Amino acid sequence: MPLRDRHAETSPTNAHFSSAVEMRPMTSDSSDTLLAVRGVTVRFGGLVALHDVELTIRPRTVVGVIGPNGAGKTTLFNVVCGFVRPDSGTLHWRGQRLRRHRPHQLAKLGISRTMQALGLFAGLTVLENVMTGANRHAGSGTVAALLGTAGSARDERDLRERALAVLEELDVADVRDALPGSLPYGVQKRVALARALVAEPDLLLLDEPASGLSSAEMDELVGRLRWLRESTTVVLVEHHMDLVMRVCDEIVVLNFGEVIATGTPERVRADPLVLDAYLGNAADGEERAGA
Amino acid sequence: MTSTNTSRPGVAEAPASGGLDRPRTRVVPPLLVHLLAALVALAAVVALTLLTDPFTNLRIATVGYYLVAVAGLALLTGFNGQVSLGHGAFMFIGAYTVALLVLHVPAFPLWADLLLAAVTSGVAGLLAGAAAARLHGPYLAGATLALAVGLPAVTQRFPELLEGSNGLSFTVNSTPDALVGVVPPTRWQAWVVWVAVLLALVVLANLARGRLGRTLRAVRDDEVAASLAGVHVGRTKVLAFLVSAVCGGLAGGLQAFLLGTAAPGSFTPALSLSLLAALVLGGLGSLWGALWGALALVYFQVWTEDFSDLLHLPTNVADNLPLALYGVVLVVVILLFPHGVQGGLHHLRLRLLASRSPRRGVTDRVTDADDPRSEGEA
Repeated sequence: MPLRDRHAETSPTNAHFSSAVEMRPMTSDSSDTLLAVRGVTVRFGGLVALHDVELTIRPRTVVGVIGPNGAGKTTLFNVVCGFVRPDSGTLHWRGQRLRRHRPHQLAKLGISRTMQALGLFAGLTVLENVMTGANRHAGSGTVAALLGTAGSARDERDLRERALAVLEELDVADVRDALPGSLPYGVQKRVALARALVAEPDLLLLDEPASGLSSAEMDELVGRLRWLRESTTVVLVEHHMDLVMRVCDEIVVLNFGEVIATGTPERVRADPLVLDAYLGNAADGEERAGA
Repeated sequence: MTSTNTSRPGVAEAPASGGLDRPRTRVVPPLLVHLLAALVALAAVVALTLLTDPFTNLRIATVGYYLVAVAGLALLTGFNGQVSLGHGAFMFIGAYTVALLVLHVPAFPLWADLLLAAVTSGVAGLLAGAAAARLHGPYLAGATLALAVGLPAVTQRFPELLEGSNGLSFTVNSTPDALVGVVPPTRWQAWVVWVAVLLALVVLANLARGRLGRTLRAVRDDEVAASLAGVHVGRTKVLAFLVSAVCGGLAGGLQAFLLGTAAPGSFTPALSLSLLAALVLGGLGSLWGALWGALALVYFQVWTEDFSDLLHLPTNVADNLPLALYGVVLVVVILLFPHGVQGGLHHLRLRLLASRSPRRGVTDRVTDADDPRSEGEA
């Protein structure tokens, strides 16, 4: 209820700043667009989680989605992943409209995602965790696996090699036989990243990749994200402004479910609306407390 | 589709381990490995039956069909995390399928009867699995328990066909003419049972040790993460139910073949519960656990009966002693080895390895399921 109130309060401001959204160059050219989110609205009961959200992800870029808590960042990810069905709006992947797509179809489409809660398989070793992420590359089917054919064995070896290569790349190959629960959080995060990377996605969605990392680990992450950008496209939801400003080519700012700004880090940093969204919240709260 | 051939930093250039360009060495199909292991196991069983009396032969055969039932349950509950309290229902279906086929379609050979028992039960498993995929935890357990309680009552509903609570009796003359008089019938039966059991275990081992086994365990641990990794969660859960039901049906069919009867009294909910208890006792995470569980199911009964005979206990005590002792042993084993007998053995082996080379501490964290020996009986 309070959320809805605040939303109502901010709507008028958003309306007269909507020019900021339209100023953004509209890349209608689908060949240059990997993922296009058009006019997506999601309501949870009376709460509008996302309102008419537009998002254009171009290949080989790192895009940061930022915004205060409850701005709809994770909901946006959930819409892209098919966990949440939007009430209106469309998604286009490589120019093709995604209709009623389901999470398990993402890997085949070339989209991987890490989760804030990691979601590592507790009963599988690190290597097995990553091999599970590589399923996309397996050619042989269920029957071949039941019969234990040579083809399925080759597949298995291939998955193992791919998984090991990614683990080595992320410097966690030495714990391949350990269970995730026995590892420090930073290492677990890398394993989760490895599991997403091993699918060799064209689009990698990272949900809070920096949360809980030390500053040294954060520096490493920055280097890794820059390296990833050479081969894939990354969209990340993040709270660490520092990280987002350092690595992102483009930043999308959400507030109360609406895109309030899009652009390069410099532009977003200078945007009065963004400052308002981040700094103005406290004032809002005080106002209400006073009222 | 981007493949590894595109110059993807790191992944493609990672030394030696990553390349598709590396010359392919030949791989040994798991089928071959597991079939060889099954042959060795069959030879061992045959040798054992030759050394023992007909009564023990029967027990060896009993261990066989319990093994396949518990192994199927291991896949469903241990690997996939779906608790079934109703696996006796699938054994029931298998047993009655064999009984009805022997009585009404005598022309069918035994292997066809058993195959059809497995298929019928598999269809039932598919239906149960489709419903089960939407249920979790206690709800799933409750639904499967209802299956175990309800299904045997079908015999009362169709007394002409299924003979009510008396059940169906029949005789199967499975011994080939050439071996009549040479091999005692129970010995032959034990061989037939174990050939079927080992063939089923070969398939289970292929499944458990490969990609499917890993997928089953991934779904058990985190359904959301599994679906993001491209796993169709619902389909995987139904597959687990299907395979598990096929094993249950085969076990029931083998039991009917061995005993020459199929009666509702053999498929009480207590059977379903003891199958699950046997699995927990043996160890959830591996097919070896199913072997220890099946042995426990058969031999606890035998040993406690011998024990109470020895002590000349009154019948009312003697009748309940096996169950009571089984319960005590189950509690003690779980307290000592939370991962069952197989988990305990695995732990001991790691201890031995660690004491020999202290460097290998990391392996301590390896799961039971990853145990290279879990290729199991097959």
